[in-house]
Amino acid sequence: MASRVKFENSCEVGVFARLTNAYCLVPDGASEGFYSVLEGELAGAVTVVRTSVAGTRIVGRLCVGNKRGLLLPHTATDQEIQHLRNSLPDEVVVKCVDERLSALGNCIACNDHVALTHPDLDKETEEVISDVLGVEVFRQTIAGNILVGSYCTFTNKGGLVHPQTSVEDLDELSTLLQVPMVAGTVNRGSEVVSAGMAVNDWTAFCGSDTTATEVSVVESVFRLRDPRPGAGALGSDVKNSMVQDFFTS
Amino acid sequence: MLPGSAPAAGGTGMFVPAATAGTVLCCMCGVSMQPNPANMCARCLRARVDITEGVPRHAAVVYCPDCSTYLQPPRSWLRATPESPELMQILLRRINRPLARLRVSLSGAEFVFSEPHSKRLRLKLRLRREVLHGIVLEQTHPVEFVVHDRLCDSCSRAQANPDQWVAVVQLRQHVPHRRTFLYLEQLLLKHGQASLAIRVAAAPGGLDFFFGSRSHAARLVDFLATVAPIQTSTAKQLVSHDTKSSVYNYKYTISVEICPICREDLIALGPQASRDMGGLGPLVLCVKVTNAIALLDPLTLRVHHLEEKKYRVYNFKAALTSKQLVEYIVLDIEQESPEISIDGSRYQLAYAQVARVSDFGKNDTIFTVRTHLGHLLNPGDHALGYDLYGANLNDDDMDKAMTRYSLPEVVLVKKSYEKRPRTRRWKLKRLPVEEDAANKAKGEEEKRLDEYEAFLRDLELDPEMRFKMNLYKNEDYRSEMASTVGDDIPTVPIEELIEDLTLGDDEGDEGEEAA
Repeated sequence: MASRVKFENSCEVGVFARLTNAYCLVPDGASEGFYSVLEGELAGAVTVVRTSVAGTRIVGRLCVGNKRGLLLPHTATDQEIQHLRNSLPDEVVVKCVDERLSALGNCIACNDHVALTHPDLDKETEEVISDVLGVEVFRQTIAGNILVGSYCTFTNKGGLVHPQTSVEDLDELSTLLQVPMVAGTVNRGSEVVSAGMAVNDWTAFCGSDTTATEVSVVESVFRLRDPRPGAGALGSDVKNSMVQDFFTS
Repeated sequence: MLPGSAPAAGGTGMFVPAATAGTVLCCMCGVSMQPNPANMCARCLRARVDITEGVPRHAAVVYCPDCSTYLQPPRSWLRATPESPELMQILLRRINRPLARLRVSLSGAEFVFSEPHSKRLRLKLRLRREVLHGIVLEQTHPVEFVVHDRLCDSCSRAQANPDQWVAVVQLRQHVPHRRTFLYLEQLLLKHGQASLAIRVAAAPGGLDFFFGSRSHAARLVDFLATVAPIQTSTAKQLVSHDTKSSVYNYKYTISVEICPICREDLIALGPQASRDMGGLGPLVLCVKVTNAIALLDPLTLRVHHLEEKKYRVYNFKAALTSKQLVEYIVLDIEQESPEISIDGSRYQLAYAQVARVSDFGKNDTIFTVRTHLGHLLNPGDHALGYDLYGANLNDDDMDKAMTRYSLPEVVLVKKSYEKRPRTRRWKLKRLPVEEDAANKAKGEEEKRLDEYEAFLRDLELDPEMRFKMNLYKNEDYRSEMASTVGDDIPTVPIEELIEDLTLGDDEGDEGEEAA
């Protein structure tokens, strides 16, 4: 189910929020409407943590992670790191990365199995990624752009890339990531798809400028619209997360 | 970097993998399309963005019905016919500024038909504008121009006072005859230089040409400078003065004076002048007047061309003019040297024995003179010349020359022919000159006719002069059967005549050269 939301009159939701299967990081200071929509959708399945990274609110672009870990830039303060370690579930390893390209969200796109990175990323960072996040790392460009984290977003179910990606590139990415990929836009024709939306395996949040066509594309590629109406996503997923909670709490 | 991903900017010989652009869905309507910077299909873009917003749909243009010109602000009036490129240019200039301000560029324009008397001009423009992240959209846009009628400045001035002149050229020559003006009149007719004159008036001593603008007057003066030796001076008089815009309106008077030396004038050169011209004999004959005077020494057959400016240094006057020509009869002629040609005219030095026609038969006064007309004269011919033997002159230079040199008693000037038939095969056109009623003297009318007749006779003699003007066929000419009168009288050959333009119902001939 893709919902449309606005963060403080900006449609670029992916800039401010970082959503994974285990947790969600949001900045402080927004209107309660935003938080209420988020918490309404994620309701206990996912921990919602209010934080800032490096004193800024652009949390979504500075950090990156999946259900196994979270990577923060070296500019993140110790208090923030501590706060995150306290708030997040214990399975999630919080690690600070010493990297010249500090906007990790723009440079790295990952799901639970594969990560695509900026071609100029350091070797050590690549190792840290593969260690902490437990993923296979590939250096890539998307439609000639080096900021893979901005122009491409993918989960374990599907992925959305920059609209001008060629057909051959799309095929190659699909094979690499083993998920269906589609080229499309969000927020009424914006090409920066990752900055315009926050998505995980069962929900997506798009900016409120997103047109119905774009929402339908998002829902179909990320398989958010469950074909079996009876056992709705609500039923099965909630059961899984409840079981998870029971064991971890 | 994995192979095949994002090919590098390929140099020659590098493997550049194929990159077919994929299709995305239009974010508005969901139709599959090629990705573009807005990621919307063309129809959604056009529906969303109107590039002609703010472009004017109506404009005004001012037209002068009298001279069919359109106003180009602030002041120039341009002539344009309906649906012509000039008119399109004028209209597009009217709407150019708002288009530029909106950053809309024009890629085409065409006229849409509108009734000529509807006072509306319609254009269909193709506008091009950049919208939304660099996409360029093109759209047609109709514009309607309302035509307002207003008389332009010159037409309103002409209507207020049709005879108002701004510049006058006063052409004068201080000689008692009007031959020069007859000749100039024909030249002006041939070259059409007097067509811009509002009116032409005769004045004592010359002609006045009135013009509506100073440039037209200057054009006439420039033409006159090439055909006659003239001296000009300009004066202006303030008519009105607009203090706010510092515009001054003047009336200009250009006074043009033609050199008083004419053809066939006998001149006695002073010692200074004679020396400066290379020792030209004190007596010279003027043979040709263009923008310089040609002076012929009849005894040495040397021609010297004197420019107007040089003439003003000496300022000599003619001692004897063509009015004082006396008729002689040639008794004997003896050629001295072969015939030569100077400037297209032929001369031959010869000794001639002549007697005045008034003396002939009465007494034995015979003069033996050297003349330059050896090629023309035969014994028994009549010739016209200046009688220095019996002349009573009032000329300082002539007196000086008489004391220094021994002057000939007779200077023959031209051959004279018998009286010829009155009607000629050809005729000339005249300029519409307003006669000066105030200054008319008695007997002036007859004098003018005589002068005109003499002028026509001169034309018959001189083919070079005929070349410079237009002669028309005389419809009323009846060829005279008895053409035994003087077979050697030069007449104008029919090849030189132009058919006169007749605008009649029965004829309707176009004017054309009849050869």
